[in-house]
Amino acid sequence: MKELQGASGLILNEPLLWEKGKKGRCGFSMPRRDVVPSPVDEGLAGDGPDFPDLSEVDVVRHYTRLSQWNFGVDAGMYPLGSCTMKYNPKVNEREASLPGFAGAHPLLPPELSQGALELMYRLEQYLAGITGMDAVTLQPAAGAHGELTGMLLIRAYHKNRGSHRSKIIVPDTAHGTNPASAALCGFHPVAVKSGEDGIIPAEAIAAIMDEDTAGIMITNPNTLGLFEENIREIGEIVHSKGGLVYGDGANMNAVMGIVQMGKIGFDVMHLNLHKTFSTPHGGGGPGSGPVCVKDILKPFLPVPRIIKEGDKYTLSGDFPESIGKLQAFYGNFGVMIKACSYIMSMGSEGLKRASQLAVLNANYIKENLKDSLYLPYDRPCMHECVFSDKFQEGEKITTLDMAKCLMDYGFHPPTIYFPLVVHGAMMIEPTETESKEDIDHFIAALKAIVAEAGKDPDLLKRAPTRPKLRRLDETAAARKPCLAG
Amino acid sequence: MRYLPHTEEDISSMLHAVDAEDMDDLFSMIPGNCKMKGNLSLPEALTEWELNTLMDGLSKKIAVSPEYKIFMGAGSYNHYIPESVSYLLGRSEFSTAYTPYQPEISQGTLQAMYEYQTLVTRLLGMEVANASMYDGASALAEAILMAARVTKRKKVALSELIHPYYRDVVRTYLEPGDYEIVEMPSLGNGRTDISGVAGMDDLAAVVIQSPNFFGCIEDLRSTGEIAHNSGALFVLSFTEPLAYGLFKNPGCQGADIVCGEGQSLGIPQSFGGPGLGMFACHMKNVRDMPGRLVGKTTDMDGRPGFVLTLATREQHIRREKAKSNICTNNSLCALASSMYMASVGGTGIRELACLNYDKAEYLKRGLREAGFRISFDSPTFNEFVVEFGEDFKDTYKKLLKQRIVVGISLADWYPELSGRYLLCVTETMDREDMDALIKEVRS
Repeated sequence: MKELQGASGLILNEPLLWEKGKKGRCGFSMPRRDVVPSPVDEGLAGDGPDFPDLSEVDVVRHYTRLSQWNFGVDAGMYPLGSCTMKYNPKVNEREASLPGFAGAHPLLPPELSQGALELMYRLEQYLAGITGMDAVTLQPAAGAHGELTGMLLIRAYHKNRGSHRSKIIVPDTAHGTNPASAALCGFHPVAVKSGEDGIIPAEAIAAIMDEDTAGIMITNPNTLGLFEENIREIGEIVHSKGGLVYGDGANMNAVMGIVQMGKIGFDVMHLNLHKTFSTPHGGGGPGSGPVCVKDILKPFLPVPRIIKEGDKYTLSGDFPESIGKLQAFYGNFGVMIKACSYIMSMGSEGLKRASQLAVLNANYIKENLKDSLYLPYDRPCMHECVFSDKFQEGEKITTLDMAKCLMDYGFHPPTIYFPLVVHGAMMIEPTETESKEDIDHFIAALKAIVAEAGKDPDLLKRAPTRPKLRRLDETAAARKPCLAG
Repeated sequence: MRYLPHTEEDISSMLHAVDAEDMDDLFSMIPGNCKMKGNLSLPEALTEWELNTLMDGLSKKIAVSPEYKIFMGAGSYNHYIPESVSYLLGRSEFSTAYTPYQPEISQGTLQAMYEYQTLVTRLLGMEVANASMYDGASALAEAILMAARVTKRKKVALSELIHPYYRDVVRTYLEPGDYEIVEMPSLGNGRTDISGVAGMDDLAAVVIQSPNFFGCIEDLRSTGEIAHNSGALFVLSFTEPLAYGLFKNPGCQGADIVCGEGQSLGIPQSFGGPGLGMFACHMKNVRDMPGRLVGKTTDMDGRPGFVLTLATREQHIRREKAKSNICTNNSLCALASSMYMASVGGTGIRELACLNYDKAEYLKRGLREAGFRISFDSPTFNEFVVEFGEDFKDTYKKLLKQRIVVGISLADWYPELSGRYLLCVTETMDREDMDALIKEVRS
């Protein structure tokens, strides 16, 4: 690497919105007033909100400056483990903003919304095909919303059979949202430890699975980036006691076209369209978390469902055993358009190739860094690999220090301190859209940081120095919350 | 494939580096009985240009304004969105970033969220707003769960004039817990009859929507008093936040939690999603609030900046004891609404809200003069209920062919209101469009 990617350009300061502007400005082209004013009930009328008045130029400069303080996938490699920060194709944005899609009212009669219904129907079919499951709902708004939906489906299934089960098994390598989603459905999460090899031993499940346990929530590939090799046996154990298997499919990017999720014992799983299927994360959403099920759970899916009759599409709410609605309308349609566009652009071979390259990139990083950083599970990984700061303990350098230092090199840091099973974890997920050169740069940067840790640990403690701000005081923010100006 | 940068040469050198023979070798740990046989059953990959043609075709099979005159609201509203907002929102520094876990390189998102939280508190008259929920309906469900946590009670009084789909979502969320829902009926004037819950024991929340599903402005102050006299929280839901540009905000009338749908503020209707769940409460209850919060702090050099804060309420720290399981929310939609609120401004939002009000009143008057009864006499915003009669179905269908969608029939949701239609008018509807509608329904 001849030159560091991280450099300090001209960064412009920008005040808060309400510190700008002048009363009487407006950045909005007020539509023509072609009707007379009508009286308003005086007891109900208010003063209107205390918003600043800004011109269009004020607003454009404000947000342009703010945007320049952000790092996104379009700026560089974003190897945030478990988040699948792959490239977000631009053509998908075009499709989602087509006037017919963006302007569609959700309550239009079906004969006036065939294009929207057909797109959703197609996406359901594609996702069923990719996972090998039987039916799909697109309604959940994000991954955790999908988990909630899945838990409600499992609950409805047991209730329908006249049984009330109180527990759910959640391994320590599952996603962080899993226990909270289970608890929201009234299930008591029962933790189970992964084995020394990072995967769940079937015996551990056999030991705790009983007839008061509704099922298991399992992330596969798990958050250590490892494939749960005992998954079929675990599924058999859970099923034999009348339980169901929930698959957290947030890591689906590792196994498209490679593993048939419908065959590995999953009864229900969610997908994250904002991870695997390339829709932008938007600085924290909107996402989309479709849930795929086997036939046994189909009657309980959220309503309305899309029905195809001949070449006509309709919406039907006539499913008496349904768990109901999760959002007011049909889910995040705008996100679905982008995911559908991605799948149609990639095709069968493209998606499989994406998974292969995602796994190749992760293994390449793992092999190249395992002499510099401690690798707690030294075995072939899937789409991500997990290191820790154990080798740096002597210099009192932590994962946080190395992560912050990566910013100065022009990279977004990996996910840190997760999964919890690894002390000081650094979880790296490069995704398939990073080229070998970019990955080589990333490896070189981490190696340089590790070398600096040995020579001048103080340099790392001071990092980052190149972004707009240096490390922020999170303790003070929580102690005296200032949440509005 | 243009999104995959690897050349054959890259692949073979990388395979060599990881000591694998070929791609299949990378997956050797996966048991054979888990593997997919054959290819995924998907259509052949499309070029960019083929995809454009296909999507253009699908999008044209949907009726949208301005070709169609759509007098429909009911939780999704057609408002003008300035091009500057769409343009700024397309800046990929915002859209291609993750949740701002690393504040040093996420100050753009963080400051924008802090500003969003502030604008929402000012709009709703509350002390604190979170960085967004999924949509108005799920925000309402979470608000009720929060009220139950704060009061440690499980009975909820729900107005039947809350959007029917919102009540459906509430039922879905409450079903697993042993909550009790008491429905509050409507009065003849289009407002909720709150008298039945006065003095009710063990009440966690009294929940109404304003403007309600019929477009009527509710009596917030009385509702708050009844709730507080029972030791319950007053939860207010909304689907049309533009109303608060004209009408008194909920905070100054006693609301404890205010939540609703922010789609009206610069977010495309997009067949119902993604929308924006707005959520606000008082500081004394902030630790029971769901969702992300951005707070102000300083960096090592003492410069002001922003971070995610009070995370001990959240799922990744508290696991099953978290206040909610929400993780990804609708951040980019919150950003869009901030850009919109900043563009319209304080003076502008009042003018725009008045224009919406006046246009709806114009159509109301015109229909009344044409001989149709307006069902409820309470003041409304943007939406109102008209009695077209039982035999209007044919006219409705006929008008669809003329590219006019005359609102929504209420019969499916309120069987006793068959023949009544919920109509909506915003600033996007010209007087000529309304005159044409009046002329058509009169004939």
